[in-house]
Amino acid sequence: MAGPAATYDLGKLHGGLRLAARKSESTGLPIQSLPLPRQLILPIDQHVGDPAQPLVGIGERVLKGQVLAEPPGTLGAPVHAPSSGEVVAIEPWPVAGRHGDPAPCIVIECDGEDRAMESWEEPIPYAELPGDTVLQKILQGGIVGLGGAVYPTAQKLMQAVSCDLDYLILNGAECEPYISCDDMLMRERAHDIVSGARILLHALQLDCAYIVVESDKPEAIRQLAAAMTDAGDERLTLKQIPTIYPSGGEDQLVQLVTNREVPSGGLPTDIGCLVQNVGTAAAIHDWLQAGEPLISRITTITGDGIANPMNVRARIGTPLAEIAEFAGGYTEDARHLVIGGPMTGKSVSNDRVPLVKATNCILVMSALPANGPELPCIRCGECAAVCPVQLLPQQIFWYACADDEAQLREYGLIDCIECGCCDLVCPSHIPLTYDFRMAKARIRELADEKARAERARRRFEARNERRQREQSEREAELARQKAEARQAGPDAIAEILKRKRREDGD
Amino acid sequence: MWIAILTLTVIALIAGLGLGFAARKLPSNSSELVERVNDLLPQTQCAQCGYPGCRPYAAAIVEDGEAINLCPPGGNDTVRRLADLLGRDEIPPLATGPAAPAVAVIDESLCIGCTYCRAACPVDAIVGAHQLMHTVIETECTGCELCLAPCPVDCITMRGS
Repeated sequence: MAGPAATYDLGKLHGGLRLAARKSESTGLPIQSLPLPRQLILPIDQHVGDPAQPLVGIGERVLKGQVLAEPPGTLGAPVHAPSSGEVVAIEPWPVAGRHGDPAPCIVIECDGEDRAMESWEEPIPYAELPGDTVLQKILQGGIVGLGGAVYPTAQKLMQAVSCDLDYLILNGAECEPYISCDDMLMRERAHDIVSGARILLHALQLDCAYIVVESDKPEAIRQLAAAMTDAGDERLTLKQIPTIYPSGGEDQLVQLVTNREVPSGGLPTDIGCLVQNVGTAAAIHDWLQAGEPLISRITTITGDGIANPMNVRARIGTPLAEIAEFAGGYTEDARHLVIGGPMTGKSVSNDRVPLVKATNCILVMSALPANGPELPCIRCGECAAVCPVQLLPQQIFWYACADDEAQLREYGLIDCIECGCCDLVCPSHIPLTYDFRMAKARIRELADEKARAERARRRFEARNERRQREQSEREAELARQKAEARQAGPDAIAEILKRKRREDGD
Repeated sequence: MWIAILTLTVIALIAGLGLGFAARKLPSNSSELVERVNDLLPQTQCAQCGYPGCRPYAAAIVEDGEAINLCPPGGNDTVRRLADLLGRDEIPPLATGPAAPAVAVIDESLCIGCTYCRAACPVDAIVGAHQLMHTVIETECTGCELCLAPCPVDCITMRGS
């Protein structure tokens, strides 16, 4: 029986680029399971929000699935032990995404037994539970957005519940070149994604979900269609979108699928849409149906610096060096290690950094795309033509150079998604995205400064008011005493003075 | 020709009278201007300008025509913005403040609890009672250095934040 036919794109995306996909290198093999590493390094800050606080001490034995660290505030996600072993250190360790600066990590020496917690659970009958109980349960699974933004999933859902939602959109676009972990996940675990989608629909009390895949992944589309037929759930719809980078950006995807535009500075929930990555949906299924918290993820290891590009399922905390070794090691040309794709990824200088929840791709390249010397902007407007957010990068660049905060806001720098399209088409080789990132940081800094100044001003004014009040109170008290003395008359004053002198004399 | 001269004279007379009346009778917007000038000042409340805080300095600029280059922490940027707002000439600042923002730190082992620094702090960022140890609320300190001089045991130092 044929599955439900995938409908083709509806909305239209401004700009974007058709890039060479280079995904077939890593999709030849099925997803490989990485053997358990000797050591696991778990950063406590793997998500948006406050870093989690360690609950375990050095020397403590932990079991697979045990909570190692809990977030202190309202925004964050717990970190679970990916395998059993002993905590040997809680110390700074180089991590990706912080310019390679060390960040606090919990280091586990694995005992190789991979013993799980006793509470390694049975499937939860989520359909019988109310939505917010399901959300609370998701909160405990340490699940974060696996598309790369690592926003804690439970909090994203809780914020969305209070909005007026129409659609749940599962993002399987995976538009960035080289990366193929979502593609492989959709091919091999389509049923789990569909199951995750149904859990999400139940938790949010929604009745319409789109699973969106780019048209260059026919096998994934076929598998998803089959899984949806098996599930027989009419709330789910499969949608195909054209292969254009960056169609997988959250706001771009919403626009493509629903033809609604996310307002400047807003979120998709403002226009009734909630976007989740397909990997996140599968992780929710794993947690609620198999009791496995987010302790492993699928990651793509690829590039011309790797002998056998592939997708591996590895435990969170595995050093990248071990994954590279499993994939046949580095070739002689390997020069650059990038975490993430070629457009939005970040270079790291050290392969001891661990795999974290955000690591969707490990890219090893012989050479970074050649970029000529930076030349002056010639105002050709190519960048504006490709910008998916319809900004004017050449103008923003101008104001970024001039450090003109007001104009940067006016021209919507805040809405830049840092996709890198403008960089790629710029004939003057201006590193626009880098400049914009710097300018954004500068704007944030200025806003902080302004808030500080405002606070200082209020405190200064409050203090002056208080001092004035104290002064006038003192004067009033003196005046009162003076009036009292005057009323008592000169004899009484002389009497008081005499008594005072006697006291002093004693 | 005489008609033209007469017309222009009458127009000039009416306009002049109107403007003169407006300048004398309508309330001047100086308090609003003081607020806007105050917004451009860095709010460190350091008193290096010779006034007891940013707002008094703003008032002096607007009402007494005080120079706009007396704010060391604001540096060139503040002078430029003030010159833009007030339509005055840009002049180099008399002195520049510390390059990096800093906060005051009390060496708690030396503090004798005299409360002099607490009284000197323009933003109430020092807490402590008489004869008990004091400490600086780091997030509220503006780095004005006004607490350094009053300390009798020199236990306060500035540290980059």
